[in-house]
Amino acid sequence: MTLTVTERSVAALWDALESRVARGGRFAGVFAARRGDTVTLTAHVAAKEEGEPGGGIDMLEAALPPGAASYPSLTPRIGAAFWYERVIHDQTGLVPDGHPRLAPLIRPGNPEEHALPRHVAGYGLFTIPHGPVRSGVFESMEYLVETPGEAIPHLNMRIFYKHRGIAGRFAGMAVADGVLLAERAEGIASVAHALAFCHAVEAIAGCEVPREAALVRVVHAELERIAGHLDVAMRLADAAGLAVANTRFALHKERVLRLVSGLCGSRFGRGVVVPGGVAAPSAMRPEEVRAELARLEKQSIADAELLMGTSSFLDRLRGTGPLTPDRAGEHGALGPIGKASGYSDDARLARPYDGYGLLAPEPVGEHSGGDALARLRVRFEEAERAFRLIRQAVDELPERTRLALRAPCEPPDGRAVGWAEAPQGEVLYDVTIEDGRIVCCQPRSASFHNLVLMHEVFAGDILTDFPFIEASFGLSVAGAAL
Amino acid sequence: MSVWVLRGLRGGVVTTRWPRRADEYADSWRGPVTVRPEAGGASVPAGLCPTGAIETTGGSVRVDQGKCILCGRCVTERPDVFAWAAGATGPDAAALARQALVVPQVPETDEAIAAARAGLAARTAALHRSVHVRHVDAGSDGSEEWEIQALLGPVYDIHRLGIFFTASPRHADVLLVTGAGTPGMAGPLRTTYEGMPDPKIVIAAGTDAVSGGLLADRLDGVSATIPVDVWVPGSPPSPFGILTALLIATGKLTGHREGALR
Repeated sequence: MTLTVTERSVAALWDALESRVARGGRFAGVFAARRGDTVTLTAHVAAKEEGEPGGGIDMLEAALPPGAASYPSLTPRIGAAFWYERVIHDQTGLVPDGHPRLAPLIRPGNPEEHALPRHVAGYGLFTIPHGPVRSGVFESMEYLVETPGEAIPHLNMRIFYKHRGIAGRFAGMAVADGVLLAERAEGIASVAHALAFCHAVEAIAGCEVPREAALVRVVHAELERIAGHLDVAMRLADAAGLAVANTRFALHKERVLRLVSGLCGSRFGRGVVVPGGVAAPSAMRPEEVRAELARLEKQSIADAELLMGTSSFLDRLRGTGPLTPDRAGEHGALGPIGKASGYSDDARLARPYDGYGLLAPEPVGEHSGGDALARLRVRFEEAERAFRLIRQAVDELPERTRLALRAPCEPPDGRAVGWAEAPQGEVLYDVTIEDGRIVCCQPRSASFHNLVLMHEVFAGDILTDFPFIEASFGLSVAGAAL
Repeated sequence: MSVWVLRGLRGGVVTTRWPRRADEYADSWRGPVTVRPEAGGASVPAGLCPTGAIETTGGSVRVDQGKCILCGRCVTERPDVFAWAAGATGPDAAALARQALVVPQVPETDEAIAAARAGLAARTAALHRSVHVRHVDAGSDGSEEWEIQALLGPVYDIHRLGIFFTASPRHADVLLVTGAGTPGMAGPLRTTYEGMPDPKIVIAAGTDAVSGGLLADRLDGVSATIPVDVWVPGSPPSPFGILTALLIATGKLTGHREGALR
């Protein structure tokens, strides 16, 4: 359920938003959309009052006065809006008055302004530019590490290198093509993005996804989660120089991707999720899936246990990159990063969709360490539960599918928010449809919401901790820069 | 530590034998879309393909695999005309000329491929046992990086073929580029290319890098920034597809488009 509230002015909008957040709501993003001469600001807030499940993501909006070139900034009141307002500035040219640092984020700025910024000054301090072309196989982004040699008093990030203009590309697309683009917005969370997009479309159309399709969606979403978490384990083992552990997790991940391609033809679950259901029944027999899952589960959990008992590895993660529970709560940190710091708002539990209401996923344990170790613990727990969920879903699916896997879904004109829990955390899609075409679609990945937190987690850490902290965040630059 | 070593040994050899032997997974792979030979002059509704990869010129249907994002809509709608290419390492894995990705090929393509092959052979003559690759992401969706990373893993293990990834462009023979070619990456991509010593070879990995894919209205791939030698379709390409391209680029697999492999 989504509630839409329209306020008269931006100031009233921020007041309403702040009071929602004060009552326990979670700030989930803000963006600006221009239609004709009118610019509208929309803020998303997750209904989390008193931890009551069933609340949706609400939209609070206000139109700017015609011809306005600026508006009062939200960031001084809600710090999590810091990057969101920089994107608004990049996309519309609007100036949020009072924003603490309005540098370009997704738009390449003037190269003159790009001279290495210095935030800390002092004897012997220098800046290490790291990226966008970095050692190893990584997505392109640039870190500017300000350091006296060992400690990292300040870190700056530039993600504009990968900005592709995904949000703009959606405008004018047919709904069926929109799913294909959503799958490619953040390639390592293809299923979650397709789900969030389709949930928005289905909410507009008021269509109910057939039960079997809802279960197939869970299978793919959870396989994606396992692959994502194994990738993080692999990168952490690599950072620690554990060659065998690295190859073991790479092997498990490859097997998960092969299982996914066996099910649907794509190693990233692309083409599975369509508005109204899923495209085709699984290409594998349930017993084959069960056998491969059992093997994967046994071997990857055994390796996870061994990794969590390898002291030279744990030493590197313990206390590294800490995010305090206070900050996680204040920011509304998503996914494993939030959970490791005692803040959990898992869309599968709080706002269940598809088969999750039926299967009742078990939440991960309480964590408050907030360091790289806690984040890895959360990921292993999530992966373990994902295996269980897939097993349950496969057991619920009939041997041979004769039922419809796709309900008719012809959305009328309308607007809705859809959400899904990616391996990185909650993905949001705010979709507006007119005459069967997308007129506005604003995707928001967990990578974008969480990446800004990397500014804050270097307290007491040194340069050699950097790869551990980066890997433990497990985010995608493509999803952040969109 | 020794526990890990034992566990690694207990797993046995998981590495593929390809290209010495056939690989079951590679052969079961569903590649980009091709046109059935019997389809000939079938008429196909305009707008069937979301990226406009289907062309009907001169009365015959052609698919530009460099634009194909493997959504499969055409195969579902018109199975009489379109089919999936079979296998990840076959003739549809990679091409030496951009127009060779258009299937069935137009007659002039053979000359272009021959010219490209001759040019490539001159450059790869020096690369025999050891090839160093520099990867650059020029605006990918992130999945291509996973597939390239997989090549370094135990299943594909490209080190056995004498291929290594290097951090410095100064040590690189091959530039492996992914992504649709964002404005932000044009500069760094060019600088990396220019930083490589001659002779150098460029691989555009994935439909995004070849043509911009779904973003072709705003981004048109990496060839606008640097010259490309080997073109790999796929969204994303499979690890076997990228591996095939690396072997073609370095002269370890030849005669590819003529079908010498199969």
